[in-house]
Amino acid sequence: MTASTPTPAPAASAARRRLARARRRQSLARSWAAYRAQRTGMIGLVLLGAIVVLAIAAPVLVDESALSVTQATGGRMEPPSAAFPLGTDEVGRSVLALTLWGSRISLLIGLTATVVAVVIGTAVGVTSGHVGGWYGWVALRVSDWFMVLPSLVVAIALLAVLGRSMATTIIVIALVSWSGTTRLVRAQTLTVQSRPYLERARALGAGHWHQMTKHILPNVLPLVLASATLLVPSAILMESSLAWLGLGDPNVVSWGSILNRASDNGAVSAHAWWYLLPPGLAILLVVLAFMMCGRALEAVFNPRLRGESA
Amino acid sequence: MLSARGLRVEFGLPGGRTARAVDGVDLEVRPGEIVALAGESGCGKTTLARTLLGLERATGGEVAFGGRPLGRSSKALKAYRRQVQLVLQDPSGALNPRHTVYEAVAEGLRIHGIGDDEPARVADALARAGLRPPERFFLAYPHELSGGQRQRVVIAGALVLEPSILVADEPVASLDASVRGEILSLLLRLKEDAGLGALVITHDLGLAWSIADRIAIMYLGRIVEQGPVEQVLTEPRHPYTRALVSVLPNSAAFLDGAAEPVVLAGELPDASRIPGGCRFRPRCQEVASGAALAVLGRCEGEDPVLGSGAHAAACHLVHARMAA
Repeated sequence: MTASTPTPAPAASAARRRLARARRRQSLARSWAAYRAQRTGMIGLVLLGAIVVLAIAAPVLVDESALSVTQATGGRMEPPSAAFPLGTDEVGRSVLALTLWGSRISLLIGLTATVVAVVIGTAVGVTSGHVGGWYGWVALRVSDWFMVLPSLVVAIALLAVLGRSMATTIIVIALVSWSGTTRLVRAQTLTVQSRPYLERARALGAGHWHQMTKHILPNVLPLVLASATLLVPSAILMESSLAWLGLGDPNVVSWGSILNRASDNGAVSAHAWWYLLPPGLAILLVVLAFMMCGRALEAVFNPRLRGESA
Repeated sequence: MLSARGLRVEFGLPGGRTARAVDGVDLEVRPGEIVALAGESGCGKTTLARTLLGLERATGGEVAFGGRPLGRSSKALKAYRRQVQLVLQDPSGALNPRHTVYEAVAEGLRIHGIGDDEPARVADALARAGLRPPERFFLAYPHELSGGQRQRVVIAGALVLEPSILVADEPVASLDASVRGEILSLLLRLKEDAGLGALVITHDLGLAWSIADRIAIMYLGRIVEQGPVEQVLTEPRHPYTRALVSVLPNSAAFLDGAAEPVVLAGELPDASRIPGGCRFRPRCQEVASGAALAVLGRCEGEDPVLGSGAHAAACHLVHARMAA
């Protein structure tokens, strides 16, 4: 529409766009100030930043050959030493290297599964809230159904059918976790739906697509962002659980798969705490960091929570 | 010209009852004319307006624009909406808080794919709605404006599509008294300068008096009296209109001599239980005082029709007096 516009004064419209961007930056700065005011949120953010930097820098810090079973240099389940600060596993690989490299897969699967789940959840939530009628009813029942299913059991069953790989793990985690977002988005959609500006848009002749993308979605997205941040830790936990149960991709190292190998190879009876604690604590830290960030974001974007968290 | 013929809107209620929110309304709005639609809250004014705009489906009768009945296809409705636009009561809620004034006004253009010269059209609409210089308001957010300015933005958003009729639902009810006059004079100026027609919904007869050419009084889903605003308010015929006018603080200004204030008995009945015969009979002061004894049988058994004529009332007593 605007692309074909023969603008009379391109300089003026460019200036306007620049100003519009400035206004957007301003509102972003407001949100950031509200976020920064929350101590736990900032601690979570710093923690998360450190973990992400370590995950990204893993190939620089430790060569990938450290993950190779055949090129392992250490002995069987050696306790921590100068050469292996966190000891070794049953084939002599450094647990530190494994944990560092495992963070990449754990974060990758957690984030990707969350993105998929949030996209499905938002799409179903907005359409079911906006369109309503039969479709809305059916969509709501389906999401209810997914919500009451025991997610781990379903995930195990699905993985057994679909096979073990990173892609299937992501799909399965997304499938069992989209319904919560749907609920949240649907509720918010219904709230926005009753605002007079949607009535005005309809009177202007707006179709469903315009109403959903221009009015409902922008009002729903901040909440979605907050809930997505809270969904990441549960996706990471789910991935770890599945990998620990031996349902992870056998070709990659994640925190869950490290724990799986540890328990399979008798690390518990060998009192090899250095083999169990690092991946376990890493999971705990990441989950904690995401939770802190998510709670803070929720408080920023959900005005009803702002009072109590300030 | 926007017109409604025998328009009915019914809502299903729990328990299998139906509420007849609009129950057989005939109404016309021509370009260059302001029609006021007045009545108590709950009498179906807003539902009527929404149905005229195609936001609510009529269960009976039809809405026609320019003589052609309003189609139900989304394409026909979209074309219709360039011609008839809505101004809502609460301008704070009618604007998306995340959209700038420019975006809010340009929204109609974007929906209808009118791409040429968008900034100029937006600026023109804002200027016509009295926001000058328009460029100063382009990037303002609704919360940075006053109530009156917001309502002007809403009006500009309607004007940008160059409609021939505006439907305004209580356009000044949520505004300060000082701003009210400005918005009303804006509507009058748009009528004078651009030949815009307007249906102004209000519960305030004084407001109707000051801006409308014609007035329609609505009671329980039906128009009970209709005519030129001076005639209807100075010589009200229907007992309901007489009661409404008699309790205006300065009713003497309208009527010849101060009228005894008439306080209606009871409350507005439920739209799902509209009384048989004349729907106003249970609260009618003429029935209560016995003045309507001669036509009481018809009041109880027969729904009075509005009739044609420039000034018409749906009342058996009025009809009988006119015939006599």
